[in-house]
Parts: sequence; structure tokens; C-alpha cells
Amino acid sequence: MYRLLWRRLPGGTPLRLTITVLLTGAVVAALWYVVFPWLAPRLPMG
Amino acid sequence: MTATVRVVGELCLPAGLVLLLFYAYLLWGTGAETEREQRVLQSRLGEVFLRHEAHGSPGGARIGDALALLRIPRLGAGYRFAVVEGVSPDALRKGPGHYPGTALPGQVGNFVLSGHRTTYAAPFNRIDELRPGDDVVVDAPDARYTYQVRGKEVVDPGDLDVVDPVPGHPGRRPTTALMTMTTCNPKFSAAQRLIVQSVLVRREARND
Repeated sequence: MYRLLWRRLPGGTPLRLTITVLLTGAVVAALWYVVFPWLAPRLPMG
Repeated sequence: MTATVRVVGELCLPAGLVLLLFYAYLLWGTGAETEREQRVLQSRLGEVFLRHEAHGSPGGARIGDALALLRIPRLGAGYRFAVVEGVSPDALRKGPGHYPGTALPGQVGNFVLSGHRTTYAAPFNRIDELRPGDDVVVDAPDARYTYQVRGKEVVDPGDLDVVDPVPGHPGRRPTTALMTMTTCNPKFSAAQRLIVQSVLVRREARND
């Protein structure tokens, strides 16, 4: 699956790597700043 | 079939990483959030104190607003948290919260605070270390109230009589000023509640 996605990215290795890093960063930021702050108070945590 | 299994297997890796990231968020992200909120609440408390000195005020605070400053010398000289009014998840995100309707600082009755044990800067993380005789200092707009720890116990989450004006005797009229801190027990769980009870021993002018 990852190989397939990698092949579908445009450009050579450096550009593909850049896109991968940027996309991963965007997902991590969305989780950290939006999803987790929403989710955390809803869990039965002390 | 094989392809499906492979994709599911491959998705487990990012899923695991997301769970790890969430764990990191609970440990550090929530703490940063609370520290931000505490800066706001503590400066707000400064305003509340000044306003009280200028005009006097009945005491108390609206839900989500700063009520008092809590210090516990046993837990370090730097231990200070602004107490927020309310115990909803949103209030406790900001710091230890005062159960609305229970006594205000210094009042006869039971001044009840609830705080996180692990996440959100974990204000009550170490209250299990308090020993009888330890001071718990509460700066309210009208005065500084010093409570002294009397004891602690572990109860079920449903044992609500620990927050009664006279703990364990619902409906009885209080004659002493108590303070009760409640938090989750054991750490990282909400299966039980840890209760630390203190009694008012001193009222003096704030010197801030």
C-alpha cells in the first residue's frame, strides 16, 4: 500500500520525500491541535 | 483476501503511531494547555483581589472564572494553582476546580476542590504525599486562609457524602470550616477517588 502511494506521488525522490513530510506534519498538527483537545476531556481520565 | 489482510496490517502501523501521539498529548499537550489557562486565571485573580480591596465584594466567582490561589508548601515552594469555579471537564482543564454550592474559602462548611491527578498539569498528582499537619494555603480576595491536613482516604466515585458540609452526615448543619480535595485514584485511572481533608486553622491578611 505504501509503495503504491509512493509511486503515485509526483516528481523524483526529493520532491516525494518533501510531500510526505509535509502531509505527515499536517496530519500530526490536526490531531494535536484539533482532534486530541476535543477527545481528551471526553475520556474517563483522572 | 490476501491484499485486504495486508492493507489492514499496514494500517496498524499508523494507528499505533497515532495512539502513541495521543499518549504524548495527554502527558505534555494537556499540561501546556493548562499552563496557558493558569497564566490567564492568575492574572485575572490579581484583578479580582485589587477590585475587592477597592470596593469589597461578596466573594465567589462565576463558572470558569478564577476564585482563589492554592499553595501547598509540602509539594514545593513553586506549587501554586489558581482555583477555577466549576468542576466540569472544561473547568478542570484550566486548573483545580471549586464545587459550586460548597463553602467558599474560609467559610463554615466544606470548601471542596477537585483536580486532575495525571493530565492537564496534574495539580493534584501528589496530594497522596500530604501528611496530617501539612499546611494548605488558600489566598481568597478577602484574606489568606490556612488549612491543616487532617487525613486522607480512598472512596468510590459514588460516595458523594465526602462533599457534604459535614462529611458523611448529609443535612447536618456545619460548625467548622473544612476543606476537601478530591482527585482520581489510582493514577491514570478513574476507578476510585482520593480524598484529602483539612480544617481551617488560621485567617490572616494577604501580603501580596
